[in-house]
This record gives sequence, structure tokens and C-alpha cells, in this order.
Amino acid sequence: MLLIPCPWCGLRDEVEFKYGGEAHNNRPLVPDVHDDTAWAAYLFMKKNPKGLHLERWVHAAGCRRWFNVARDTVSNRIDGSYKIGEKPPAIAAETEESA
Amino acid sequence: MAIGVSVVGRSFKYHRPRGVFSAGVEEPIALIQLGSGPQTQPNMPATAVELSDGLVANSVHCWPNVNRDIGALAQWLSPFMPAGFYYKTFMWPARRWMVYERYIRNAAGLGTAPTEADPDIYDKMHVHCDVLVIGGGPAGLAAALAAGRSGARVIVADQQPEFGGQLLGERLEIDGGPAMAWVAAALDELAGMDEVGLLPRTTAFGYYDHNFVALLERRPIAAAETGRLARECLWKVRAKQVVLATGAIERPLIFANNDRPGVMLANAARTYVNRYAVAPGNTVVVFTNNDDAYRTAIVLAEVGVKVPALVDVRAFAPGALREQVSAHGIEVLNGWSVINAHGGRRVRMVDVVALDEAGAAASGSRRSIDCDTVAVSGGWNPAVHLFSQSGGKLRFDNARACFVPDVSVQSERSAGSCAGIFNLDGCLEAGFEVGAAAAADAGFTHGARPKRPRAEAPEEQPMRPLLWVPPPSNGKRFGKHFVDLHNDVTIADIELARHEGYESVELTKRYTTLGMGLDQGKTGNVHGLAVLAEARGNPIPAVGTTTFRPPYTPVSFGALAGRDVGDLYDPSRRTPMHRWHEQAGAVFEDVGQWKRPRYYPRSGETMGDAVDRECLAARHAVGILDASTLGKIDIQGPDAAEFLNRVYTNAWDRLPVGRCRYGLMCTDDGMVFDDGVTARLGDAHYLMSTTSGGAGRVLSWLEEWLQTEWPTLKVYLNSVTESWATASVSGPLARALLAGLTKTDLSADAFPHLGVREAVVAHLPARIFRVSFTGEVSFEISVPARYGMALWTTLMEAGQAYGITPFGTEAMHVLRAEKGYIITGQDTDGSVTPIDLGMDWIVSKKKDFLGRRSLNRVDAMRPDRKQLVGLLTDDPSDVLPEGAQIVGEKLPQPPMPMIGHVTSSYYSANLGRSIALALIKGGRDRIGKTVFAPLVDRTVSAVIVKPGFYDPEGARLHA
Repeated sequence: MLLIPCPWCGLRDEVEFKYGGEAHNNRPLVPDVHDDTAWAAYLFMKKNPKGLHLERWVHAAGCRRWFNVARDTVSNRIDGSYKIGEKPPAIAAETEESA
Repeated sequence: MAIGVSVVGRSFKYHRPRGVFSAGVEEPIALIQLGSGPQTQPNMPATAVELSDGLVANSVHCWPNVNRDIGALAQWLSPFMPAGFYYKTFMWPARRWMVYERYIRNAAGLGTAPTEADPDIYDKMHVHCDVLVIGGGPAGLAAALAAGRSGARVIVADQQPEFGGQLLGERLEIDGGPAMAWVAAALDELAGMDEVGLLPRTTAFGYYDHNFVALLERRPIAAAETGRLARECLWKVRAKQVVLATGAIERPLIFANNDRPGVMLANAARTYVNRYAVAPGNTVVVFTNNDDAYRTAIVLAEVGVKVPALVDVRAFAPGALREQVSAHGIEVLNGWSVINAHGGRRVRMVDVVALDEAGAAASGSRRSIDCDTVAVSGGWNPAVHLFSQSGGKLRFDNARACFVPDVSVQSERSAGSCAGIFNLDGCLEAGFEVGAAAAADAGFTHGARPKRPRAEAPEEQPMRPLLWVPPPSNGKRFGKHFVDLHNDVTIADIELARHEGYESVELTKRYTTLGMGLDQGKTGNVHGLAVLAEARGNPIPAVGTTTFRPPYTPVSFGALAGRDVGDLYDPSRRTPMHRWHEQAGAVFEDVGQWKRPRYYPRSGETMGDAVDRECLAARHAVGILDASTLGKIDIQGPDAAEFLNRVYTNAWDRLPVGRCRYGLMCTDDGMVFDDGVTARLGDAHYLMSTTSGGAGRVLSWLEEWLQTEWPTLKVYLNSVTESWATASVSGPLARALLAGLTKTDLSADAFPHLGVREAVVAHLPARIFRVSFTGEVSFEISVPARYGMALWTTLMEAGQAYGITPFGTEAMHVLRAEKGYIITGQDTDGSVTPIDLGMDWIVSKKKDFLGRRSLNRVDAMRPDRKQLVGLLTDDPSDVLPEGAQIVGEKLPQPPMPMIGHVTSSYYSANLGRSIALALIKGGRDRIGKTVFAPLVDRTVSAVIVKPGFYDPEGARLHA
């Protein structure tokens, strides 16, 4: 069971959270300019990386805030969490670029 | 054992007699059924069960008894039962499998599961600690002392009732005194530390992410039986640092008929003498590839057990130990091998053969030695299970033919024999070192480091890394060489699996069932890997291991369930009027966690009678429904209207204060998600209603959009479902009834359909919503929850004059189906768009909303999508089952192409016939056509119609 750093409440057990899938897959502001393929990519084509993954979590049984987590999908190591609208932590950004 | 019982069980596949093989949790064969009745526990390893007064135990997997077992006929059939026997034999014809399966299932399996509910209680504990020490042997206790002295919070768990680990079965010395005296002193010191907790009888069975470790504590039976203690306790430990001191498990050497009762691990034989004062047999041959079994021979000889020979596959002899053994008059056969054991229910003789010079073939002279026991040692496997579960990588130690921890992934360290250190002094040294390091990493660096205790570190001769005995010079083995004693897997089975193409260790495992028993192959897995590696011509590391998965030893369902059983399994939610419904004899149904009245049967009424009566009353007089469970979300903020525009398919900017509107929500893939009525209570204040089961889901979904995509919107959401109690009165007399209880003008002009008013009803502060799910004039009256019962009883009293009838969810479903209104989740299933439902009228073309773009996807516009239609059966009394598949053409037999399915189906008393809603491919173009529902006993024909069977113009609704 993961130990997840909520940016508001600190380290808490995974049971308090709900997973929200890939982060930064934002809804296009003007949906109509996207053709069916691009729209389907936003809706259905989620990343499934082996390694670093930036993902949304919500502290459902706590402060009820959504935030993002940088997690390694192989080791489950968590490199950090950050609030919605913030940039990923540096270490995550680096790995992301090199990946 | 002391009274000469040798057979305690029968083997899994061949029903061969089996005895006691080990002295611990690794036991593969001595399984017993413990206790009786609802408390019985199947398949407990006899070697790990603590004796207590009145204990009841039986053998498993034999009939009529363990000494005369009918199933033993299987061993005569064994030449016809190779690996994969069941897969090969019972495959064809495939349809007969259903017949075979019944017999195979009966013949398989070991113990018997209890059939009644377990009366015992089980607890769970959640704890944090700085250092969790797993294993209370010398290394574990040393680590606990080092960590405890630093002031760290330490938990020490050991699976046995007593601490000491391997020392319990040895006669070793520490600092010149008995090792167990050192253990006692260590326990005293640890017990005196405030921050140290000792957990005997506690197995760490699972190592999960982020140093989350699950422990199972078994309480002494006597304590549990007083009813004051839980029988078992599941500890969920989050540790900053973990010290693994899980010890090592001895493994056998494999020879022909190595499963005969009396064949036993060498250290187990020693443990029975030293710890329990039981001689494992009268005449014991010791068979080994390493030094350690020499100690067994010495211990046995010292207590007067006859040891005719010690057979060592190594050509050389360990100096001092050999002399000690010889001094007891034991013949030492170096460079020899046991190749076969004779005997049925007990070993009576072994064949030994001299090996050739290279030790590769059993080609030399041959002898037979009478004995009733073979104490066998093939070296030790570190118990790396938890290390491996933690994600750690293993390394194969060629010299000792075992896997040892290599690279750690989590914050853990291995100490002692689980790290491949097989002598006491080394274990003590590692324990102190690792314990102090773990404490330091947890932030406790101030511990004093007193001189550590010492133990003798005898010189050790290298073992011969050999796991099964060399074959004769022609290479052909005779007799069964068991690798996995639990599942009766032999060397030949593994070779056959490889021969048939199961090269991967994961496939070999599943094909042969190697290591898949209750013991999870603790004494046989490495042998299996080695056999496979040799068959493939690869080194063992290239073959790899199968995955070590929790639990390390079996865990009862009771412990996992804890107290979350029966009424405590899931919360049940009751409305403020619940007690009234109970007294009225309501039959309840679960809607999410809510208990809702389904119908209110009067005496002698069937469910159908009651629902018909309730439905007729709601259309001809007045019905009353407890609608408190509807989800209610309070929405406030200057951007609330814009927010509603984005989440609902229709437009919300022009909804005036004091009015409601029905809304449909889609997920962004265009599929209907929830629906309900939202009222505007003030300029920047709305109240959204959701389906009863969907309230939590909708609220968290709305929050997700607000927080992650639209953080600039000034909107605040709050769940107020439980703040309000709601009664809905519905029917032509509803207005007259309510008019007697409020001064608010209820006339159609002053209070039209979809209006909302703040009001006083029956002297209570209330909100009245004129909304309808029945198609009749309806008023939903909400009052603060604490007035719910008062409102309900007042309405019931005042309603007597109007023939008021309480109705439940079943009548509600029928009434709404008569109107063609959908229930999301029943008539929709996450693959249905608003267009599929024929609800284009509610889909705005002027604004964006969640799901809009997806409605223009090619797939969403396919003409053959399933569309919601009504069905009228040709026989008006025939009610289609919900879920029935619909076909367009009736063929003599399946397969018939399915074009849809029934989503809602009822008998309508108001219409005097059955009605149904269905999702049918291209359904709207098929209106007027006849379709068929092929059922098990009949085929029902029905005509497709528009959904909406009653008052389609809505005249009654607006009356």
C-alpha cells in the first residue's frame, strides 16, 4: 500500500485516496478544432509508461483536493506531489524529457 | 512421533502414505484438519500447530482413514498419470468436461472448509514503527537489541510461540553459556524498553509497497476461547525501516521414494530431540552434502538413537566433525549416496551406492542399510520470500546452490541466515550491525554500542552443491524422485514438462503444479528450478525463480475480514422516516447503501398485488413516496450557472429563480452519466438532485472538473443529501391534500410544473418542488431532516380523506416506465448517448458541454446504434424478463443475431398490460415491427413502439 504525500495534509495511506489517471491530459479548450482521431486520443489513449508517470490523485477521505503525483510504475517510488496548475518537480521533468 | 505414529497424511495425487518431514512452517505433507464444526481449520501443518489441552486434529485427504485409504489405488495407476494428466485426458470432447469436473473436483483438494459462520472474532491493528524486525532468532533479537537501545520504536515479530528461532532446536552456546539463556536475557531487556513491542505467534506474511508489512498474530487458543480475545489479529505495520531476519529453510536431497514416512529433514530430526525430547526414530541413517547434518548424527547418537551410517556425497570429510561422529561409532560413508528408500508406511531400509571419482554417477559398490528413518540435508535456502516480495532482486550463490538477497528496493536489510550467513556468530554480528544501521536510518543514532556477544564459529567445509542424487552410470533412474512432496511432482514430471515445450519456469510451475501447494514449495522449489535448468542445459540463474507472492504462509479469511462482517460489512443508510416504513410492513431494497421501501404489502397481498394497488392509487387518488434518498448537491457561487452549462447537456443561463429544470449529464465521451432536476433557489444558489445511488459519484466527479480543469470558476459544492427529508405526493388529489397544510398558492397558474417555492408545510419550514417522476401532478416537499417523520405522519393523517397510499420504489419504477422516463444505470449502461435515448430535445446546439464533441464522433452517429424504444408484447399478460435478448428474426435454433435487450419491464395495472423499454439497434426505424425474445421455455413476440405508454401529451402532468 502506497504512502502518498498530499500537498495539503502530508503523508497518508493509499486507502484515503482515489486514483484519477494520467495528469496533464487536459481537455482541449476548443473541442471542435480536433478531428475524431485527435479527440479520441484525448479521450482514450492514455500513457502507460514503464517508469515515471505523472498522475492525478484525490484525497477522497481527507481534504478532498485533487493533486498530481510523480510515481515510478515499476518500483512504485513516489518522487513528489504537486498542486493542480503547478509544474512537475524537477526530477520528474528531467526523466520525462529523457524518456 | 514418540508413540510410533508414522503415517499422518496421504499425498495429493497418488495418495501415498506420508509422515512428518520438517519441524516448522515449511512442512509439505503433515497436514491436519484442526478443530471441528464452524471453527475447523483445514490443512494446518501439524509441525507448526501449538498443542493445547483438548485439541482435536484429524488427517486430511484419506478415506476411510489414513492407514487404509481407498484413494491409494491411485499410486498403482501412477504410470498413467504423468504431468499434465488432467489437461491431456479430459480435454475431449470439450462438452464432457462438465461431467469430468465434478469427479475430479471431488477427488482433489485436501481438508474440508467449514460450512457454518465462524463464531470467533478477529481484530485488526494499524501501527507505525521505526524499525520492524521480522524473525526472533539470534539475528533478529540482536537487531532488536541494537535498534531498541537507540530509543527507536521497534516491533519484533516471530511466527513461533517462543522466541529463539533456530536456537530452540539447537544446543549451542553464546558467550560461553547456553544460547537460550542469552535469548531469555535479550527478551528481558527488550521487554523493559518502553518503545519495543514483542509479538510472538506472529507471521509477517506480506511485504507491500512503501514498507507496509502485514502480520498475522494467532492468539493462544485458550485465550480466544474465553471469548475475551480475538482468535487472530491482523497487524498492518508501516515501518520506517525493516530488518528481515527470517532465517533459512533446510532442503532435502532427492532420491528414489524420498517421500516414505521416516524421511525427514536433518535439522528437524535434531529439533525433535533437542526441543521436544522426542526421538524421530529408532535407527536413523543420516544423508547429507554438507557439514550441518553431522551435528544431527551426533545429537541422535548422544541420546541413544542408533545411527548405523552417515552417508555424505562429498568425497572429502570435515575434520573435527567427522572425528566426533566416528567417536560415536557411526560409520561415515564419504563419496556415497542413498539412492532408494524401501518400505510402505515407514522406511525399513535404504540402498546406498558408492559414487565414481567425479561424484557424477552412482556406479560403485552397493549396500543396503536397515533403518526406520532417514535424516536428510541438501543444504539451506535463505527465506528470501519477504525480501523478494519487497521488490528486492535475488542473486544465485553457486557455492551453496541457493538464492540470496542482492539489490534492495525498499528500506529494508536482511540479517543472519536469510542473508546467507549460516553460522551463529555471523548471525549475531550481522544482527547487531543491521539493527543499529536501521535505527540510524530511522533517525536514532545515539545508541550505545556495547560489546556484542560471541559464539563459536567452527570451520566449515564447503558443501557439495548437489540437490538430487547422481543417476547410475547408464543415466536411467528408477522409482519416483519427489521434488514437490506436497503436490506429488517428480523429477520425471519436470523433465517431461520441459520435453513438451514448457521451457519457462512460470509455465513449468503451472503445468506440473510445482510449488503450488499450501507450502508454496518451501522445501522443493529450488530443486525444481535446478532440474529444469539441467534439462534446458542452462545455469540456474538463467532459469530464474517464479514470483514470491504473499502470503508467506496461509492466512485465514477471518483475519482478513476482521470485524467487517455481517451488519458491519457495509454501512446501511436509513431515511428519517425509516421506522414508519418498518411499522407499515414495507419490504426494503438496497439502493446503493440506502434502504428504500420497495412496496408495502397488505396482509394476503403478493408483491404484484401491492405494486398494482400502489400504482393505481398514484394515478387515481394520491400516492406518497419517501424521496429523501435522492442525492442533493448544494451549488453556490457567481459562476454556478456557467458551471451547470458545462456539465449538463442543456442550457441554464436563463433559468429564473424559483424554477427547476431537468438535466442530463454526460461523461466527456458523450455517454449518459446521471440525470436529475436542478432548482434555482437564488441568484447564485442552485440545488442539484442526482439519482439515489449516484450522489457520491456525481459530487466527486463535479469536484474533479472544478478542481482540475476549471479552477477559475467561482463555484462551491456541498453534499446536503442527509440534511433534508423529502416526501413526494403524487396524483390527481395531491394538490388538494397539500393545500390543506400550507398557505402557499398551489394552483397551476401560480405554481406551475417545474416551480419551486420556500413554504411552510404543516407548520414546518419547507421547500416545495413541483416536479414529477410519475407523470401526475406531484409535489416534492423537503424539510430539515429532523422534521422528516413529523412531515410524513402529518401528510399520512391528512391524506386519509383522499385515500393516500404510500408507494415504494417498485411502483415508482412502473409509473415512470409508463411515461417512458429513463433510470440512468438501468436503461443506460455507460454506452448510451442522449441521442440513443431519443432525448435530442435536451441537447443544446449553442454551447459546449461535457460530451458534446463526442456526440459528433463517427461512432456516435452510426445509424445502427442501440436506441431506446418501447416494447408491447403480443400477449398483454406476458411480462418480459429484464435483460432478455431481442432478435429480429426467429430461427429454429441458436445462434440468432441479437439486435438488443430489454432494460425495463413491468406489468402496468393502469394500462392493464405489460410494458417494456429496450435498447434496440436502429430501434426508432423499426417502430411498428415485430421482434422476438427467445427465452429458455418460450419465445415472446413483441411490437416496437415509441417509449411513453401513458398520457404521452403530458396533460396530467401540467394539470
